[in-house]
Amino acid sequence: MSAVKGDVGGVVGRGPRELAADPSLDVGRIRADFPVLRRTVAGGKRLVYLDNAATSQKPHQVLDAMDTVYREHNANIHRGVYEMSEVTTALFEGARGRVAAFINAPHSREVIFCRNATEGINLVAYAWGRDNVKRGDRLIVSILEHHSNFVPWQQLAAEAGAELVVIDIDEGGRLRRDQFEAEVAKGARLVAITHTSNGLGTVNPVKELTAIAKAAGATVLIDAAQAVPHTVVDVQDIGCDFLVFSGHKMLAPPGSGALWGRTEILERMRPFLYGGDMISRVAVDTTTWNELPWKFEAGTSAYVDAIGLGAAVDYLTAVGMERVHAHELELVAYVLPRLLEIPGIVVYGPHTLEARVGVISFGLEGIHPHDVATIFDREGVCVRAGHHCNQPLMTRLGCVATTRASFYLYNTIEECDVLLGAVAKAQRIFA
Amino acid sequence: MDDLYRDYILDHYKNPRNAGELPGATHRYHDTNPLCGDEITMMLKVNDASVVEDVRFIGRGCAISQASTSILTEEVKGRTLDELRVLDRDHVLGNLGIPISPARIKCALLGLKALKGSAWGLTAWPGEEEPGSR
Ligand SMILES: Cc1ncc(COP(=O)(O)O)c(C=O)c1O
Repeated sequence: MSAVKGDVGGVVGRGPRELAADPSLDVGRIRADFPVLRRTVAGGKRLVYLDNAATSQKPHQVLDAMDTVYREHNANIHRGVYEMSEVTTALFEGARGRVAAFINAPHSREVIFCRNATEGINLVAYAWGRDNVKRGDRLIVSILEHHSNFVPWQQLAAEAGAELVVIDIDEGGRLRRDQFEAEVAKGARLVAITHTSNGLGTVNPVKELTAIAKAAGATVLIDAAQAVPHTVVDVQDIGCDFLVFSGHKMLAPPGSGALWGRTEILERMRPFLYGGDMISRVAVDTTTWNELPWKFEAGTSAYVDAIGLGAAVDYLTAVGMERVHAHELELVAYVLPRLLEIPGIVVYGPHTLEARVGVISFGLEGIHPHDVATIFDREGVCVRAGHHCNQPLMTRLGCVATTRASFYLYNTIEECDVLLGAVAKAQRIFA
Repeated sequence: MDDLYRDYILDHYKNPRNAGELPGATHRYHDTNPLCGDEITMMLKVNDASVVEDVRFIGRGCAISQASTSILTEEVKGRTLDELRVLDRDHVLGNLGIPISPARIKCALLGLKALKGSAWGLTAWPGEEEPGSR
């Protein structure tokens, strides 16, 4: 298989920024909300944090919301018949409502808090998959999947005697639509596809893919871990059955995340974890389950983290997700053509601004990505080097690892220049 | 000069010593560093007196792993297997002579692991998967 080196032609133009962000996204003001961005690294260099696809930094609004719970009214939720517990419970359930609104879920009971996207996917793989996937069924994923939307289905397929079908990408790093349609037409019990690739930044046409899959009778899960933090995501518009994401990639703490699912499907599913909170009544020999969403939230939830997620949603809503996305594309429009001009660079994935987010994966000839990241580190630039939990994709691209820079709403054009300078430095050292 | 990617490190990376296939190897050990995808195959030709007559390695990966392995192979010929078995990480890090961060320590020590594995007559590290099964 040939290496995927981006779209042929169609390189984004330089010059005036075609996609200038709405002036109301004031990066300076946003940066002031993020305490960690003030620190220096590598012996006094400014921190240039470009590893946002791995995790994001947190604004003080989120930190304060969580701090207030701990300092002022911490008590276990859904249990205490006293004021502090009631306040905390109300904040927790309020966060659920905010998350539901953020992804335009029809009902907040359809939002199940979980630790992260991975846990959400596993919940579906166990609680839905074990009862609904039978011998001979076909599970369709893509080569772009993060391991967390790949391994659970691979293992389920092996257990159930089902077939795992992996859709390939084209030379531009885009999902092969023709192959997808052909495979779905052969039958699919489940289509589990990433909304946005963490390795290449590609945005899949999830609405169309979902329509094709649903028309063929498949259940559809969308991994939106890289989408909800960076773009507008509307579960009703997409039309899928399940959608997952992680809080820590969207300004919220690790340990917060959500699975959204359609009521009809969630109601028919058995619980994932058994224990406290998820029951309605327990007798010695039988138990009846709590209603949605609590049926899937066994044990004490990470309720403070969920409240942090609610605050993050408020923050992002106030900025506006269209602006967040436009700002990130502005950075890509600046840095991508400059990267592409560098001799000895390979930029994996789309070379255009169309249907992508601010993730840029690249390789420098003769320099291992880990050496690149180490040199960057000493310039204060944090990037990810490795397989990004995308080993099937790396194999497809014909490499073992890439260096990945990923942007968020607080990154600046100046930081893009530091990144470009770090690339030049790596090439000088290894010249 | 860069304090990490010093000239001799880059030289060993670009022109690895004792690189390539070793015909007639008596010991052969393959290892990888799954995090980085670094790979080393270490080959020894050992005589009846357990003395290493020749050493070669085939590797790919980052500068730290490849240079560290190349430097290590320079002191293998003429040594007994017992002498190789007691080489330790401090020895390798001392040879490298550069500050290695915790994240890169596995890269720096992959060559040592491969050398010791081969000196013990292994094909893969005990308790780890056989090469190729990943
Ligand atoms: C596309 C995608 N899916 C799933 C995940 C898993 O997220 P988490 O580790 O928070 O469960 C990630 C994280 O990198 C991701 O990028």
